[in-house]
Amino acid sequence: MILSGDLPRSRVLVVLLIAIAAGLLFAPFIFPGAKALNVAAKICIFIVLVASFDLLLGYTGIFSFAHTMFFGIGAYGVAIALTAMGPTWTAVAAGVAGALLVSLCLSLVIGLFSLRVKAIFYAMITLAVATAFQTLASQLSDFTGGEDGLSFKVPELLTPGFSLSEHPFLGVALNGRLVSYYLLAAATVALFLLMLRIVNSPFGRVLQAIRENPFRAEALGYRIVVYRTCSNVLSAGFATLAGAMLALWLRYNGPDTSLSFEIMISILLMVVIGGMGTLYGAVVGATLFLMVENYLQDLLKLAGTAAAGVPVLRDLVQPDRWLLWLGLLFILSVYRFPAGIVGKLRARASRRA
Amino acid sequence: MTAATPTAQAAAAPASGALPTVRQDRLPLLLLPALALVALPLTGSFATWVTLTFAGLAMGMIIFIMASGLTLVFGLMDVLNFGHGVFITLGAFLAVSVLGRMAGWSESDRLLLNLGAVLPAMLVAMAVTGAVGLAFERLVIRPAYGQPLKQIMITMGGMIVGEEIIKGIWGPQAIPLPLPAAFRGSLLMGEAAVEKYRLIAVALGLVVFGVLYWVLARTKVGLLIRAGVQDREMVESLGYRISRLFVGVFAAGSALAGLGGVMWGLYQQTVTPQIGSGVNVLLFTVIIIGGLGSVGGCFTGAMLVGLVANYTGFLAPKVALFSNILLMVIILSWRPQGLYPVVKR
Repeated sequence: MILSGDLPRSRVLVVLLIAIAAGLLFAPFIFPGAKALNVAAKICIFIVLVASFDLLLGYTGIFSFAHTMFFGIGAYGVAIALTAMGPTWTAVAAGVAGALLVSLCLSLVIGLFSLRVKAIFYAMITLAVATAFQTLASQLSDFTGGEDGLSFKVPELLTPGFSLSEHPFLGVALNGRLVSYYLLAAATVALFLLMLRIVNSPFGRVLQAIRENPFRAEALGYRIVVYRTCSNVLSAGFATLAGAMLALWLRYNGPDTSLSFEIMISILLMVVIGGMGTLYGAVVGATLFLMVENYLQDLLKLAGTAAAGVPVLRDLVQPDRWLLWLGLLFILSVYRFPAGIVGKLRARASRRA
Repeated sequence: MTAATPTAQAAAAPASGALPTVRQDRLPLLLLPALALVALPLTGSFATWVTLTFAGLAMGMIIFIMASGLTLVFGLMDVLNFGHGVFITLGAFLAVSVLGRMAGWSESDRLLLNLGAVLPAMLVAMAVTGAVGLAFERLVIRPAYGQPLKQIMITMGGMIVGEEIIKGIWGPQAIPLPLPAAFRGSLLMGEAAVEKYRLIAVALGLVVFGVLYWVLARTKVGLLIRAGVQDREMVESLGYRISRLFVGVFAAGSALAGLGGVMWGLYQQTVTPQIGSGVNVLLFTVIIIGGLGSVGGCFTGAMLVGLVANYTGFLAPKVALFSNILLMVIILSWRPQGLYPVVKR
């Protein structure tokens, strides 16, 4: 019921998802320390972002480079509102609402103008628009803080200084960071379930039909431009909310944290490795990627010392080269298992049944 | 357009049996002198105008060299290589390595010795990027023909991996790539100062354009390529292996990207692993402006972009950051398929 009838359909996947959910839920207590909490919060934010990208790429079959633009609009909306109006909840609401409005209008315009063209042209147009937006954000420095970005204060409830109780619970101080983490996690769960609802609705079915065969969908009487534009607008809206979550968590926003091309590449890797066209893939992909980004480097350090004697290999297993291995995994996923980890697990489960 | 077609047919009709001649479309080419003339009164002084025009043309030529491979590959096989930037980066880094080895020659102030250092650098860069392009086509692109979504993703993946490998070999930091001694400084033409390297870039760009044009217009391979761009299946049914042709074009396009990378690296005078992906968007804008698949359009588009970037950079620096996008919007609202639309089937 709560999963909208779209069950994981694989025992391994169920275990994996429960482990991730439990890990995120109890992260502050199991993994103490600021870094672990930061990684957990990032995972929550990226689950929403990647799932919204999957709505577009995996379910509708549209490749857009402008996804981080909407992510950035969300983050900038909150950042600008909180800078201008001070740390109040009204400001947060105003920022989110303003950002959503901008994103929806922009995605509607881009969608209506350019979703009629072929996939490759759409990818190029969005790439150009996203680059222009990034330049714009770094140039309007009075408004966005330029390259330096904006640091701002969040409502008191979310600040580290705020304390729920004098006594630490299970050895963890009950401060505002914890409150904001659980707020993030709750928002993630709500948004994820909402997206699951959307893709499993009749509307979601039409999107998948368009992905599989646009001509046929059109012949069945669905206006594909309308559906594609809707999908574009929806995914932009969710990306904006993810951006707002990021800004609230970091209490900072700048072009590099929310608009950069690296983030675009990261979410592409996450969605493909996790599994396109399955929202659970977003969860698995985002978790895997961020764990690798933050912890594989330690593992590679070990491999680096082992391979210290071999000249080229030594450079390639260097901790900084973690993206290389994920990139290879990405190419392999696109060819060998296009439905990603989740698809692989599901296929195995259905073979066994 | 409809009015022009009958006249073209009528002109061809008297020579019955001969193929109808293609009507040359010179209108977009006229944009270049028109743009330059408009900019002349705005810049104020003639000397500044000459400097800016040369800078624009040089930048345009380098962009053309980098973008020509991209547009050819797209025209022939509908493959848009989002990983094109990696070949540019690779070319630039190879130039760093070769010129670094030949520091004695490139630091001496004799032009011949300098050329003796730069030419091998360019040749090595072209050979290596061409070979890598060959492998890239075989391993990465070939399995994804006809699946646009997969192509976008797979070429992006190629870009990520390629960039990381380059970082692994040369390190992630920026490396200075000084111009050879005789290329530095400027020539004075009357009051206008023109940097020597820009002259060289313009000359080399013209040579590349000339060679490309000659190959495409006058040789049999060029004929096949042009025919393949228009109708791939027809060429195949005449017994030519278009896939082999395509491998060649891909390798040549990669080699051109490598050459462009050397030029761009020398132009920027520093080389970073992001040099190629940074210029990627610019290249896409150029080939969209020119009309996807058209080499002539790519040339005109590159010149336009180069000139506009330099004129606006002087007149209104803030606007210059968006000049490419603005130019693209203007051109596409005039000709929605780009300056020289490629006729497809």
